[in-house]
Amino acid sequence: MTQTIPLTLDINGTPHALAVEPRVTLLDALREQLHLTGTKKGCDQGQCGACTVLVDGRRVLSCLTLAVQAEGCEIATIEGIAGENGELHPVQAAFLEHDAFQCGYCTPGQILSAVACIREGHAGSDTEIREYMSGNLCRCGAYNTIVDAVRQAAEAAR
Amino acid sequence: MKDFTYSRAASLEDAGLRAKEAGVLLMAGGTTLLDLAKCGVTEPDAVIDIGRLAGLADIRLSDDGLHIGTLARMSDVADHQGVKSAFPAIAQSLSLAASPQLRNMATIGGNLLQRTRCAYFRDPGAFPACNKRQPGSGCSALGGVTRNHAVLGTSPHCIASYPGDLAAALIALDAVVELQDRKIPIANFFLEPGDTPHIETVLQPGEIVTGLFIPASPAAHCSTYLKVRDRASYEFAAASAAVALDLHEDGRTIRDLRVALGGVATTPWRARSVEQALIGKTLDESNVAQASRLATEGAVPHGDNHYKIDLVPRVVTRAILTLGGLA
Repeated sequence: MTQTIPLTLDINGTPHALAVEPRVTLLDALREQLHLTGTKKGCDQGQCGACTVLVDGRRVLSCLTLAVQAEGCEIATIEGIAGENGELHPVQAAFLEHDAFQCGYCTPGQILSAVACIREGHAGSDTEIREYMSGNLCRCGAYNTIVDAVRQAAEAAR
Repeated sequence: MKDFTYSRAASLEDAGLRAKEAGVLLMAGGTTLLDLAKCGVTEPDAVIDIGRLAGLADIRLSDDGLHIGTLARMSDVADHQGVKSAFPAIAQSLSLAASPQLRNMATIGGNLLQRTRCAYFRDPGAFPACNKRQPGSGCSALGGVTRNHAVLGTSPHCIASYPGDLAAALIALDAVVELQDRKIPIANFFLEPGDTPHIETVLQPGEIVTGLFIPASPAAHCSTYLKVRDRASYEFAAASAAVALDLHEDGRTIRDLRVALGGVATTPWRARSVEQALIGKTLDESNVAQASRLATEGAVPHGDNHYKIDLVPRVVTRAILTLGGLA
């Protein structure tokens, strides 16, 4: 009695048609079916933030979102945040400049989360950045340079 | 995760009818349901998505109080200017909970009904015995690692703590849980485990939390949520206190006080004995510290969680003194 649901997901401004079992998460649909592997699977339990994407402009965890829940929404992933000619998003550039990573696995989630954090107005101080970036773990411990990068990008956005 | 069928509820009535069927679970934000489905704690045959129902996400302030629709997201309430100023404990309890991503996803109704984070409850593969999951199977937490387990409201059958922050603020402020056809004071909504730890609330099959109402009061206006935890952010409470305070015109005699606890009890926990000991008294450090010890009256430690019995009175004391401008 396996149910397969046809749906169209709007990802980075492009519609993608796919068919999923109801239990398929947005994360697995992105990675396994659409081969958009920039979004990372860390804990797959909503605890690490590696799978962070933007849905209708809000940062969410794609591992705890069903693909069918995202139908009709605008989804933004790391693949879509650079400019049309490939120029880096200011947050991406700031991460590079501050060496805000080591292994890089958490980085796409950190960057999407930082983009939203700045837009929300939650990047006003280092303390606030730490609090509002706490949903993104970095097991390499690059937190200090992540805060530096977010602060710089936030200041540039003002 | 076991597969299930998925459909969107056509209406609240439709959702209520479907939810009466065996194997059917309602989903709003999905954070709790998908998490527990991945753990194997819950294995629904059918998931009914109520997340797109209209008219259930409003946040409405009036002279009487605050109404929060069940589908309002945690972040919407936490960042709402009116809520922040008239019901600070509500906004703070939400902004100190979970992570920004989860707060954007999780709904208020789902937050209220979240399940315990007891590690034994969440791991059926390794720990088959759990009276909450499987009535009569036993309790793996007893004699286990209990640092995060409850010291209040426990029973020989279950010591799992209620993990939510919001509910502590709600119970301090005498909130009312709204269902389709009735309203329940939150003090009567949650059930202590007793010998039926699998029954956590008074909700009947098909009943859906449609919203919350929090009555306005001078104390609600002067309220706070203090959360103490093992790391600075994104962690459940080791102990927390929701406190609301109203002083007489002299600025030092306590007219109204509400105290509720999070992270230490099997349900959101009102510490009425602390309130009763302080109402009519002078707000000072000595009175508050002495009364706050009553918060853990009747507490039963289970090994690793003994620290909570020392921690709770200190958290309560600090919260009350902070509100009174004395800390």
